[in-house]
Amino acid sequence: MNWIDTIVQGILLGGLYALFAAGLSLVFGIMRLVNLAHGDLIVLAAYLILLIVSLLGLSPFVAALIALPLMFGLGYVLQKVVLNRVLGEDILPPLLVTFGISVVIQNALLQGASADTRRLPTGDVGVASISLGGINVGILPLLTFGSAVAVILILNHVFYRTALGRSFRATSDDPTTASLMGIRPNAVFAQATGIAMMIVTIAALYLGMRANFDPAVGPARLIYAFEAVIIGGLGSLWGTLAGGVIIGLAQTIGAAINPEWQILSGHIAFLLVLLFKPRGLFPRAFD
Amino acid sequence: MTISAPDTIYRVETRTRTSTIAGLVGIVLILVLFAAPAFASRGLIQDLFFILTMLTLAQFWNLLAGYGGLVSVGQQAFVGIGAYALFAAVILWGLDPVPAILLGGVAALVLAVPFGFFAFRLQGAYFAIGTWVLAEVVRLIVAQWRAVGGGTGTSLPRTATENIIFTDQIAALFDVRASAARDILAYWLALVLAILTIGGIYWLLRSKRGLGLAAVRDNPQAARSVGVDAQRVKWFVFLTAALGTGLTGALIYMQKARISPDAAFSLNDWTAYVIFIVVIGGIGTIEGPIVGVLIFFLLQTLLAQYGAWYLMILGLIGIGVMLLAPRGLWGSFSDRTGIQLFPIRRRLMGGPLTIKTPSREE
Repeated sequence: MNWIDTIVQGILLGGLYALFAAGLSLVFGIMRLVNLAHGDLIVLAAYLILLIVSLLGLSPFVAALIALPLMFGLGYVLQKVVLNRVLGEDILPPLLVTFGISVVIQNALLQGASADTRRLPTGDVGVASISLGGINVGILPLLTFGSAVAVILILNHVFYRTALGRSFRATSDDPTTASLMGIRPNAVFAQATGIAMMIVTIAALYLGMRANFDPAVGPARLIYAFEAVIIGGLGSLWGTLAGGVIIGLAQTIGAAINPEWQILSGHIAFLLVLLFKPRGLFPRAFD
Repeated sequence: MTISAPDTIYRVETRTRTSTIAGLVGIVLILVLFAAPAFASRGLIQDLFFILTMLTLAQFWNLLAGYGGLVSVGQQAFVGIGAYALFAAVILWGLDPVPAILLGGVAALVLAVPFGFFAFRLQGAYFAIGTWVLAEVVRLIVAQWRAVGGGTGTSLPRTATENIIFTDQIAALFDVRASAARDILAYWLALVLAILTIGGIYWLLRSKRGLGLAAVRDNPQAARSVGVDAQRVKWFVFLTAALGTGLTGALIYMQKARISPDAAFSLNDWTAYVIFIVVIGGIGTIEGPIVGVLIFFLLQTLLAQYGAWYLMILGLIGIGVMLLAPRGLWGSFSDRTGIQLFPIRRRLMGGPLTIKTPSREE
């Protein structure tokens, strides 16, 4: 029974990693931009939620609702003012600029919020659990996984059923032709990054409620997100969820064998996929 | 009236008058730097050691990213493995630290083979994060290696650091204590390594292989169509950078004499700083990292006491340079003035251009 428990925990942890990864996957899919500051933006959002919680005394869920539009605005401005200027054939400028942003966010948080570890207050939700066929499952991990599924459902709907999604896909395929059809690629990119930052906020909510965080944990979140995207295959959001689940499973199984192997087993699962399926398990995009 | 055969008049040159002067100044500078321990304080020698090692790391990263188009965020893996190989050789096999530096380079080279095998499966930007993941994997594995201290790290044994070759002679020569002599030895080795690195990279870029490298960076398809094997060029650059980075890592930790996985595989210390040095100075030029490392050292001296502010400012400067002057300080300067200290552009000299001027053979 212990093993089944471990596996269930691993799958649910995968939901969190899928949330980390969905924003990264969205931005890459639309503008071929790999944001090295993605993990730090998750941590930034967690601090923003924490700030709202402690200023207004709200529950983290309500605080996250307030943070959502703020993070959208941040993403929109970041893309419009900085990132749009470095997009192009050369991959070097966007990588170096987002790497710079990563260092700036980390150290700004270090300066503003100190290196102390923090946690979002969870109240009863944090400890509540329900019994599913004899296995006790925490409400919070279930909520995380449910949110990941919901985010991917909504994203898929937006992508394939709305005008906004059409403009996303058109710009992704060919920005020049899309702009002939009255789409402004720069505005589309800004909206996409804004939406990615809303997903980042949801990821930050669960990150902050489930574990301690401090200004330095961002890069590791970026790495998990990246691994989930690559395992799933570029361009496939459900693949990203599967990738997150595989990382989550590998980590919990590794930790069950030896606590020191938790992180390493996640990485090794990633390397194995890279070895046998370099294009990921469910590849969609071809570039 | 003598008519020389036309094919003997033309010649291809990369040298310019500026580069000749720069070369002469460089030789004088190198001589002064070699003699520095005779008049410089121990603190200055340590600062110079830091500058030279960072310069070497920056040159190799620049070779990878600026010339090879391989943006690696995982070079700390090679610094760390080089350093750990040195510690293992000294602690476990009782080797002298100086020859053990070479072993550090070899270890990095060996690591680079599986590392590159995985990383090259990822393209472009994903290559960058891929190298980062691989560096994390190496760090986590090395942290399990109990014989060299596991996760907490270890120090070089006193018996080893006190008996490093040449230190007795250096101590006698400059009349300093053994610890200062060790710093001088490390400094000289760093100087030699930096000179070999810059000279070697300049030689490489002027060679046929360097042309192929530039071609692959600028347009992989076109390069392939004229017979450049892009994959081979990339492997060559990657392995060369790994070897050099590993040697530098081993040297840095020979001087530090204390190691831990978190420090030796630090993304900030061995890759972030290096990236900023190259970007601020000017990526894709040999002069860029030299300018960059001097600015970096200046900033660090001025701002290091402010901790997080320092890194924030460094990050902002890096972003600003990338947005406003993507070719960096040296690149912008060179674009404006046409001055290149290490020119690699081939120019056709002689022939009709010089026939008008009186021949020197008369």
